[in-house]
Amino acid sequence: MGLEVLTGTHFWQGDVACAEGAIAAGCRFFAGYPITPATEIAERMAQRLPEVGGVYIQMEDELASLTAVIGASYACVKSMTATSGPGFSLMVENIGLAFMTETPCVIVNIMRGGPSTGQPTMPGQQDVMQAKWGSHGDYEIIALSPSSVQEMFDLTIEAFNLAEKYRIPVIMLADEIVAHMWERVTIPAREAIRIVNRKKPRVPPEKYKPFSPDEDLVPPMACFGEGYRFYATGLTHDETGRPQTLSAAAQQKLVQRLCDKIRRNADKIVKVEKIMLEDAQIAVVAYGITSRGALSAIRKAREQGIKAGLLRLITLWPFPDWQISQIAEQVDAIVVPEMNYGQIVREVERTAKGTPVFFLPKLGEEPHRPSEILDTIKRAR
Amino acid sequence: MSMKLRHPLQSFLRKGMIPHIWCKGCGNGIILNCFVKALDELNIDLNNVVVVSGIGCIGRISGYTNTDSFHTTHGRSIAFATGVKLAKPELKVAVISGDGDLFAIGGNHFIHAARRNMDIQVICANNFNYGMTGGQHGPTTPLEALAPTTPYGNIEHPFNLVHLAAGSGAVYVARWTVFHVRRLIESIKKALQKEGFSFIEAVTPCTEIYGRYNKMGTAVDMMKWLKEVSEIRHHYEPVKAEITPSKIIVGEFVDIEKPGYNRLLREMIAKAQVKEGEYR
Repeated sequence: MGLEVLTGTHFWQGDVACAEGAIAAGCRFFAGYPITPATEIAERMAQRLPEVGGVYIQMEDELASLTAVIGASYACVKSMTATSGPGFSLMVENIGLAFMTETPCVIVNIMRGGPSTGQPTMPGQQDVMQAKWGSHGDYEIIALSPSSVQEMFDLTIEAFNLAEKYRIPVIMLADEIVAHMWERVTIPAREAIRIVNRKKPRVPPEKYKPFSPDEDLVPPMACFGEGYRFYATGLTHDETGRPQTLSAAAQQKLVQRLCDKIRRNADKIVKVEKIMLEDAQIAVVAYGITSRGALSAIRKAREQGIKAGLLRLITLWPFPDWQISQIAEQVDAIVVPEMNYGQIVREVERTAKGTPVFFLPKLGEEPHRPSEILDTIKRAR
Repeated sequence: MSMKLRHPLQSFLRKGMIPHIWCKGCGNGIILNCFVKALDELNIDLNNVVVVSGIGCIGRISGYTNTDSFHTTHGRSIAFATGVKLAKPELKVAVISGDGDLFAIGGNHFIHAARRNMDIQVICANNFNYGMTGGQHGPTTPLEALAPTTPYGNIEHPFNLVHLAAGSGAVYVARWTVFHVRRLIESIKKALQKEGFSFIEAVTPCTEIYGRYNKMGTAVDMMKWLKEVSEIRHHYEPVKAEITPSKIIVGEFVDIEKPGYNRLLREMIAKAQVKEGEYR
């Protein structure tokens, strides 16, 4: 069926590219709740999923949406939901459940202005810390930050692949501008798209321990209805899935493994783009729509004889610790523009180890102008 | 003498998970027994059954059934079951959870799954309180009942669960108590074979907390109470089928036919399928 991957060149909105990336990755279940500015993803899925034999359901709220996604994933159907800040706040409960039960799934958060109802139609990058720390307990998450409509397609596929590989919820953390702008998107041939599927058990049901990991710390995953008859719980559990609510050893063993499967693989997961950094004295660290203004700013700086470069974060979580540390050793100062009142800048300060960090916050309607970032680059010199 | 006795339903229970955590005199074991007995009598392949539960005492039940099963966050069992059912419609997906889980924190999911006529079976163990956290009052606690959070008597009107289920669109609605073992099994069997959303309320004694707070005596006394105050009224108007300390109307209240969500969904998907080349 050629409808699963719409190979060719298209002029699409970011939200549409995201939906198409999901379908190309094999997503066949979407549960969501309408919210600006993510509704176009739901609308595209409602139209497209039935065409490819998939299921779209509009749930009663975001709590139900993510939980239904977890259920579908346990029945071995790649699944996704999409929301924005207020809905994401409701989802954090079951991000914890998805993490604890090692459920591969993708959560798209099109960030608008918060807190609370905030500015529904305006862009923001205000949910970056919530994506990492929103749910209770210790956990790790993978969060990706697209900066173009093409990346809305490409990174959604990557999000599914990472979710399947590590059995973890992966968050597409896009801002409203990237989600709503229209750009050219090139969809490769189906065969050229790399698809990762979760590991299946290699033992018969009577020997299957659903939470017994391989060397990569990821346990193979059986599907409901395949005869493995296993049990999963949000309670702390042992390798068989049995609740262990009183054992300190069980708590330590489980929580450490769940976190370590991401921490130890961070180098494989983290992606950044380095632009004109080889000889840079000032580095701009930016992500999402902000990185586009930053690119323009470093070019202008170069025209004016300032050696500036850009480190564009594609992966926000796990945080690119050593990539920042490495740049920090080389440059005299780091500039961090972001559409919030100080989030990723804290991580940059933590990893920059003493290199001066200049923060350029922005709240409200428009993204950073290149001239504003350029001014900060000059100030940082 | 070493004679290994085997419970006739042992194969329906997950190895290594028994003994259960429930208190002596609690009715949850009877509900578990009735559920697996229904599976046994229907001769359902256990590989095709999924049991989902939420948080609370009865929430542990999904660990005990020898099926694929999932223990969700508080209140979310129906939403999880919805995802499983739509992803793999050939599976029988049963939700077994408590009154607080399904009707307080999970109330929204219940009414909407019933409205959609989602093809799942929901069994509610109604013990009138939050047993696991120490007996606080909940959405089904009767007026004037005592609980650690209603030391002067409950002033909240309780839900009539069967009326709520019927009003929300369930195609099958019944209420029994754990005294009515045979009838409860028959109802579960019926529900498991229904297309659409079915609901069974199983009134169960919480002897250790609710019973103690309200001076209802021993487990035997509470079972006698269930027997004495129950009145079977099939096809009774759900709105009138109230529960008070002196009367519990039980029976089968709704048994209608209506297309299930899954049937309508598959018809819609079939319509939406377009051949290659026809695409815009």
